[in-house]
Formats: sequence, structure tokens, C-alpha cells
Amino acid sequence: MSGKIKSVTNPRLSLNMFSAEDIKRLHTATLDVIESVGVRFPSKRAQEIWAAHGARVDAQTGIVRAPGHLIEAALKKAPPAYTLAARNPAQDLPLDGNHTWVGTDGCGVEIMDLQTGERRRSKLQDVEEIARVADHLEEVAFHWVPLSAQDKPAHTRGLHELAAVWRNSTKHVQTESIYSVPEALAAVEMAAAVAGGREALRKRPLLSLMQCTAPPLAHDGGSIDAALIGAEAGLSVGFMTMAACLTTGPSTLAGNLVVGNAEVISGTALIQLAYPGAPVFYAAAQTASDLRSGAYTGGGPEDFLFGAAGNILADFYNIPISMGSFATGAKEPNWQAGIENSLSTFMASIVLSDMLLGVGFLHGSRIWSYEQMLMDCEIFEIVRRTLAGIEVSDETLALDVIKAVGPGGNFLTQKHTRAHMREIFVPHFMDRRPYNVWEEKRDGPRDWAREKARNILATHQPEPLDPAVSAELSRIISAADGA
Amino acid sequence: MSQELFDAMRQSIIDGEPELAAELAQKALDQGLDPLDAINQGFVPGVNYVGEQFAAGEMFLPELVVAGEAMKAAVAILEPEFARRGTTREILGRVVIGTIEGDIHEIGKTLVATMLSASGFEVHDLGVDVPIMKFVEKAREVNADIVGISALLTTTMVRQKDVIEALDDSGLRPQVKVMVGGAPVTQGWAAEIGADGYSEDAVGSVAVAKKLAGKA
Repeated sequence: MSGKIKSVTNPRLSLNMFSAEDIKRLHTATLDVIESVGVRFPSKRAQEIWAAHGARVDAQTGIVRAPGHLIEAALKKAPPAYTLAARNPAQDLPLDGNHTWVGTDGCGVEIMDLQTGERRRSKLQDVEEIARVADHLEEVAFHWVPLSAQDKPAHTRGLHELAAVWRNSTKHVQTESIYSVPEALAAVEMAAAVAGGREALRKRPLLSLMQCTAPPLAHDGGSIDAALIGAEAGLSVGFMTMAACLTTGPSTLAGNLVVGNAEVISGTALIQLAYPGAPVFYAAAQTASDLRSGAYTGGGPEDFLFGAAGNILADFYNIPISMGSFATGAKEPNWQAGIENSLSTFMASIVLSDMLLGVGFLHGSRIWSYEQMLMDCEIFEIVRRTLAGIEVSDETLALDVIKAVGPGGNFLTQKHTRAHMREIFVPHFMDRRPYNVWEEKRDGPRDWAREKARNILATHQPEPLDPAVSAELSRIISAADGA
Repeated sequence: MSQELFDAMRQSIIDGEPELAAELAQKALDQGLDPLDAINQGFVPGVNYVGEQFAAGEMFLPELVVAGEAMKAAVAILEPEFARRGTTREILGRVVIGTIEGDIHEIGKTLVATMLSASGFEVHDLGVDVPIMKFVEKAREVNADIVGISALLTTTMVRQKDVIEALDDSGLRPQVKVMVGGAPVTQGWAAEIGADGYSEDAVGSVAVAKKLAGKA
């Protein structure tokens, strides 16, 4: 059942957003910030690496000021394309600049319970079940850890979550929830167990690590150290900025891009200084804070523009990107969710962002909703088909058929029609029924999405993890739990 | 004469000019004005105006914050004069606030501190990555009414509970109320760990704090 994965590829539509001069100015301004203001790296190991390469390190504040040429030279060592491996090799994801893959979003703290409809705190079982549903869905290419396993101890929670995903899906896992040295070491050990050893993992890295920066212009020490451990093991690592206009970044979009870019490329450069040629990715989920509350918005025109801008910068540095799209601020799957998730995903996809995060959340990535997850998949399918554009060829111009039908006829009985009709989108979660049918049933997309999720959970059996490997994962987690 | 000064004070808050506000506060002291009058007739009307405009949707968060900063600057100048005169500024309560140990996320906590301070609380900001016992010690030292604990990570959020337990153990509860906040924190979590107040954003935290201080 599981296997096929959908992606945006070879789009006919494109976006013209920045001039070459604009991009150069963003880059130059970023280098200026890194060199003159600096970026905080509260990690002894990171500071030593920077100092060894000639950056100025303030041991008191942890602020690193690195010359532009050092950053540029380091970034040039990063591989422009590589493949994210999956437990099932048929589900490997080439990050080659010609695919947009979608993941599940993370990492939230609550869930709209699929059976009761009530909002409640997330637990490990939710991580397992979401992974199982995601394993089934063709639109979902890889996993983030969707929810925090709050019924597990905080210091090993990230490990429990990882094991839960691997036990329920063969797809690639990108975790955003491993940000301490002990957890990173154990996570690498677990990934090696699943891959069949350290060397096998290096060849087929079925785990990647995403680390959040701490805007403005700072990193978290644990995140940096965890990323270095991942890179050493051959896992691709990325730094995600969520610098937001007004609060953690300037009000203006270009300025906010500079702040976020400085965080991301300084972190990325550090990885290249430590492990030249290590696979890395850019990551961003920038937004404008709400003018009234200062809160994360999860939508709005600024979000949509950032959604495209991130990949344009990542392309400039010639590395893949993991981009925040979807993640509506809406409280339930509704008008706002539809607009925000459609436009953010469209903008991130039209520039071929390699990875999109992700499906399934409400209230700005805090509350998981299976209904939203299924509808987000439909949004992606709509975007995917839209970006495919219109092919103009002898076959698609259909002149023979037009001539055969002539004025006043219809095309329903034409062979050409039947040959191509399945290229036309059939929605799962749009109401195209006659009015009276709706009036009688009064149901709608949310009901259908919920039904589908329940159905997948009840029927989909993912390819199980080898029991010996599963036992090994448990052993590693127990050892870490006890530590 | 004084009215002119009071008007300038009010305007310095509305315009969010901390240096100007401090200068005007100093001017009031130089003229021998009662610092209480400077606050109540000069600066507070500015804070109230900004609050009203914010509620009406005419002013936004950055304006609220700089007004708070200006108020803080003015109070800092006037504070020693209260001590000298043996009087005290009327405050809504004393708040100890910080981001929990292991967590370096600052902005939400700082916003709340600014809002509370601008609203008339005496705020002691412990910064980020604050050890559990530091909250307790500071609360005891300043005789706090409220302790505010911020966390952005699900893994550090659990330590909010540890602070509450430490306050319990030290005998400071229940006279010290606890407020919790941060992106992963919910009303449900706050209730479960026995916190007294929760707000999803900084603006809302003022009403919560006032309620906890019995000044709503």
C-alpha cells in the first residue's frame, strides 16, 4: 500500500520575485551583520571551531564575528544536492532542486482527539498514530515529529518520538526535537540500528536533524552541539530561523530576511568548517508577528512572501531548503486555514522549495488536527496540479477531436476525453454535490476528512520494523532514560 | 507651570521617548515637585492614553512597549526621591519573572515584564536560563506577590512545575501566586501544575496579574 510519494516537479509556472541585485544586497547585508554584529553561539565546541578558523570569538558573550570570506568559502563546500534515505528505498527523496516534498508539521503540544473531537494534551500514542496515517498518505513524503510525547520523560522524549515514527512508517524522518548532546548521540545510535550500522547510515541517512535558531542573531547551545553530532555521523542537518517582523526581526521584510539569513548561514558555515562537504540544508519559517499581540501568526501576505524568499536564498547558496508553509493560525479547519495554507504552500512550491513543513496543524503549529492534515494534503495536491501548468502539444491541442465534434456537439463520448479525463482533479474534500443533497445531510469536508483518517488508522498496516531492531531501539532509549 | 510639565510628561510616554521621560522626571525633582504628582498627573495619563488607543486598535504592540520603556525610565529617576521622602510609590504588586533553566528564549518573558511594569507592577526580571531556586530566593528577597515563569520548549516547560513545588517547599505559597506562559504552555497545563494564572500573550498577562494581585 505505502510506496508512491507525490511531489511538485518540473513546474511550468515560475516566480519572479527578486532581481539579481536584490539577492546580492541581501547577501552582502547578511555578511555585514555576521562580521560586524556577530551571531551568538553558546557552545564551547562551536566557539573553538570558529576560533580555529580565524573568527573573532567573545568568550564572555559567546558572540562570533566571522569575516565574509570565511562564511562564503565554508558555504561553497556544502553539497548542492543529495538524497534523504527512507527505510523503504523506493521512498528515498532526492533533494535535487526539482522536487518539492511535504512532511508532517511539528512539534505541537495538543491534539483534537480523532474519536472524541476534544482537545487534549499530546502523548506518545499520538506520535505513533500520526506516523501511521502519514505513512499511508501519498502526499506525505517524510516525517517531522508532529507532537510532543508529553507522557515520556523530558530528557529522552525526543528518542521515544523517533522510535515511534520508525515503528510506524518506512518514510524518511527529519526530527526537530533532538537538541541536546545526550539525545543526539542516542538518536544517531538509533538511526544506525535502523540503517544497519554506522557506515550504512552514512550511505543511507534515514534521519535528518532540524535545529531552530534563537532569533535575533543567536543559536541555542544544545542545538548547535546536536547538529555537530549529526553532521559527524553523516546526517544532513539544517538550521531553521523563525525570525519574525516586529519582535525578533525588523518590521521590514528585507531586514527580517537578513536577520534570519545571518542565523542560518552562520550555523551552516559552522557545520562546513567542522565537517567540510557534510550535507546541510537551509530552513526557515519566517513571519510577521501580530501587530496587536506580538504573537506568531501562521499566515498573512508576509508569510507567503517569506515562503518563497527562503528558497531563493537557499538557491543562491546552492543548498536544499526545509521551508515552513501550511501551519495556519486558525483555531479550526476553516476559511482562514484554507487561505493561509493554500497561499503559503503555493508560494513555497512555485520556487521549488525542497521540503515543506508541513501538514496537520492548527493554531500556529500547536494543535494537531487529522482533519486539517487530510485537507492540507488536498491543498498540496491542488498546488501540485496548478504548478504543472498547461502543456501545449498536438495531443493536448486536440484539434482532431475538436474537428470531429464540431459546433453544438459534446466531447463526452470521445476516446480522447476518456484518455485524458483522469488528468482532471477530483477533490476529496470539496463539496460539489447538488444543493439539496447537502441540505439533507448537512455534512462536509471536515466530516469526510475525519472519516478518512479514522479509516486509515483502522486499516493501514505499515511495514513493520525488524523486531530485533525495534528491541535495540528500546534498549538505547532505556539506557538513555537511566542516564 | 506644572501643567505644562505634566503635559510634556504625558506626551513623552505616548511618543515612547525614555530619555525625554527621564529628563522630565529629573526636571520635576529639580523643581521640587512631589514625585507622586509627577507619576499620577504626568506619566500615568500617558500610559492610560496608550492603553486606550491600543484597545481601540489605533496603536500597536511596539508603541505599547516603548511607552512602557519610557514609563520605566521615568520611575527609575523618581524612585530615589520616594525613598528620600520616606514615602512609597503605590504599586499593584511585586513580580519576579524569568525564563526557566535550560531555556534561553527571552522575548515573550521580556514583553510580559514590560507590560506589567508599565501597568504599575514592580518587576524583577531574572533574565533567561534561570535556576529553579533563583525564582524562590528572589521571591523571598523582594517579598513577591507573583512569580512569572516562561518556557518555550516542551522539555523545559516541565520545570515550571518544579518552581511551583520549590515555592511550596519553601513555604512561600500560597501568598505567592504563580503565572506561567510560553508557546507550548496551555491553560490545561497551567491548571495541572497548580499555577494560578496563564495568558497566551503579553497583553493578556496584565489582566491576569491584576486579578492575582487582587487589583482587577
